[in-house]
Amino acid sequence: MADRRTADRPARRRAPGTLRGSEAVRFLWTQLTSMRTALVLLFALALAAIPGSLLPQRPTSPVRVREFIAENPQLGGFYDAVGLFDVYASPWFAAIYLLLFVSLVGCIIPRIGVYLRGLRAEPPATPRNLGRLPAHLALAAPADGAGLLDSAERVLGRRRFRVRRLEDSVSAERGYLRELGNLVFHVSLVFLLCGLAWGSLFGYKGTVAVVEGQSFSNTLTQFDDFTAGGAFGAQQLVPFTVRLNTFEAKFETGPVQRGAARVFRADTTTVLDGVESRQSLEVNHPLVLGDSTVHLVGHGYAVDVTVKDPKGNVAFAGPVILLPQDGNFLSVGVVKAPYARPERLAFEALFLPTAMDTDGVGTSVFPDALNPALLLNAWHGPPKEATGVPENVYSLDTTGLTQFTTAEGDKPLRFTLRPGEIFDLPDGSTIQFHDWKRWVSLQVSSTPGLWLVFISVLVAVAGLCLSLFIRPRRVWLRVADGRTELAGLDRTEGRGGLDDELRLIADELGLDERGRGERVLAPSAVDDAGSTGKGEQ
Amino acid sequence: MAEYWSNLAMVTSAVVYLLALAAFAAEWAAARRLEPVEAPVGVLVGAGGPAETTDEPTPAPADERARVRTDMFGRMGLGLTVIAWGSHLAGVVLRGVAGNRFPWGNMYEFVTAAMLFVVAIYLVLAFRGVRWLGLPVALLAVVGQGLAVTVFYVAVAPLVPALHSVWFIVHIVAAAVAGAAFNVGGLFSVLYLLKSRAERRERTRGYLAKLPSSSRIDELAYRFHAFAFPLWTFAIAAGAVWAEYAWGRFWGWDPKETWSLVTWVVYAGYLHARATAGWRGTRAAVVAIVGLACFWFNFVGINLLVSGLHSYAGI
Repeated sequence: MADRRTADRPARRRAPGTLRGSEAVRFLWTQLTSMRTALVLLFALALAAIPGSLLPQRPTSPVRVREFIAENPQLGGFYDAVGLFDVYASPWFAAIYLLLFVSLVGCIIPRIGVYLRGLRAEPPATPRNLGRLPAHLALAAPADGAGLLDSAERVLGRRRFRVRRLEDSVSAERGYLRELGNLVFHVSLVFLLCGLAWGSLFGYKGTVAVVEGQSFSNTLTQFDDFTAGGAFGAQQLVPFTVRLNTFEAKFETGPVQRGAARVFRADTTTVLDGVESRQSLEVNHPLVLGDSTVHLVGHGYAVDVTVKDPKGNVAFAGPVILLPQDGNFLSVGVVKAPYARPERLAFEALFLPTAMDTDGVGTSVFPDALNPALLLNAWHGPPKEATGVPENVYSLDTTGLTQFTTAEGDKPLRFTLRPGEIFDLPDGSTIQFHDWKRWVSLQVSSTPGLWLVFISVLVAVAGLCLSLFIRPRRVWLRVADGRTELAGLDRTEGRGGLDDELRLIADELGLDERGRGERVLAPSAVDDAGSTGKGEQ
Repeated sequence: MAEYWSNLAMVTSAVVYLLALAAFAAEWAAARRLEPVEAPVGVLVGAGGPAETTDEPTPAPADERARVRTDMFGRMGLGLTVIAWGSHLAGVVLRGVAGNRFPWGNMYEFVTAAMLFVVAIYLVLAFRGVRWLGLPVALLAVVGQGLAVTVFYVAVAPLVPALHSVWFIVHIVAAAVAGAAFNVGGLFSVLYLLKSRAERRERTRGYLAKLPSSSRIDELAYRFHAFAFPLWTFAIAAGAVWAEYAWGRFWGWDPKETWSLVTWVVYAGYLHARATAGWRGTRAAVVAIVGLACFWFNFVGINLLVSGLHSYAGI
């Protein structure tokens, strides 16, 4: 990591005048894989990621994007044109990270070659002048030079150095794993990208709202919302069903954070490959069915109502899903009875789980259903031909409809129902509010490359640790001309303790020498080997 | 009950950190009376352990009194920091007792926990000869604890269901420790910039003269960043694993996720910059400080300005 390119590339020779094709390509390649370009691309990536966190993004909040464009038509239009509402899928964002990865691969492949060739290489020859190295000890000459070198080989070997015996010296090096870690880290990043691409090509994600007592089967037609990668095929959907038996929601009732969520637990019955099992689904505990997972991502209220036309025929019966509008689950929706005769009927519904009447305006003051009330207004109109055009189930298109009014005929008719109550409309139809139910929003997804992503990240972190915490070090011992010299060199920055290690090695060798080699620290050596800041005056 | 004592301990720690800050500031002020020091010629390669003291020029007799005063203020500052940290620790632990859970479930708790780690790192360093980081650390602790008790404070409450997970411990502790190390590293980088500028002028005076050489400060900065970076990587990865369990996707470009990636990329840039000619030294230090700014924006800015999935419990 830190020494992805330890030395700078030599300035490239530029041909006078124009570059030939191959030279130009080569020049560009060298530029692209240089450390400086990598740095610039890293910063570009960081900068490019920022707007997506500050502007609303289509994949996560399409409504807010629409609002933004409506409020700032010009600016919004410009942002939209340059892809600022979907930054992470925009071509320029992809260009930056793809260039970064090309640069990375171009840098890492030659280094893998170098590393493999150097894997079995011996430590370098002993420098001629050991006194010039940053850490250096001058010791008295031993009686048995060859014996000292032998024991130095042993001592350094014990300290996990790779040792090379030369004529009058021993050369040792350790910390080869640093570069390995560095390479492993960068290679895992490439695998990570592959895993991400795999997941987004073959994966899918869909959401569906399921009311208590209802079931969901994993087929395309059942989803409210579905997105899949380019290579996804509908046959990949594992056939399973999930039945929501009950959903339990508890909220904080104490003085602190009143109304905050405390427990969400769905009791489900799943059927996969004919095997039925009862499972609990909670926020941090998804269901795993085949290669798909089912997450609990939201919840709300549904109202169970029956609409009868003036003749007493049931025109609509069943639970209607309402959408929560605020933290206290004030929920809105529409009850439609298109087959009521002589006229079709429709109702705009406002459900208040804990209703409170403030100045004639109904609000909900708590997310749990402690005082449930269903506020309705009603519409009627001539029957409509079935056109097959899909309608929004959560909003009412009032074209061709007339609102019922009060007996005096001056105000729109509004009425409130408590669970169990029935209301008689002026035309003789009725609507009954049986009870409220909860619904949950389930997200069904499959991300095939997930294991590759997580293994890559795991290996990357391990490689990163190796590359940052292993510190390559070289140590030499020479016995010549009546002198014994011990010297060391750290090959990375940020490493202390070289002098300490040299002294320890000297001690261990001294012990081996059984006092024969009396150790003398040359005054110059103390200064050289002294720590930063010492001996500087 | 525990909550009351926790709050008291937190406020106490903020006040005592302020006193420590005053003592450290007095130390810097007193050091201005010290004789200027000629810059060392050349820079040593290779450094010893962190335990050595700083360049000590031979004191002139008139200089001696200023030196003693400076040292006295420094010791006072360290002593006060120890006291404040003790109170701080009690505050965090009692907060956990009061909530009957690990105390990092909201912004207030995360700041106090992260600051506890920052000051803990400093105290370890201070007893190994790096007391000179006291002023910036005390400043950070005062600002952090001060904002926590005044602005971010929320009463103890249980966690929302989304936080009921073992990753609540792993992800947040990793983020807090990495954040603390980034902060300490960032402080070293700031001091590095000051010291290296003074060295370029070939004459350092006052407190800067008491600091070790810029290359040594740079080395300390690097060590903290090198420690924090893999931990931060891990924190993001652990967050992704958790997100996969809780939200059904491991990465969704939530503002918090985006900014943690931005922070990661900037610090990756720092590590690369240190290995690129023309970027070592000053530029790399600036990159590190930009990284710290990103970290802080991710924490304060994103929490307060942008709504995302990481919004829990008040703020």
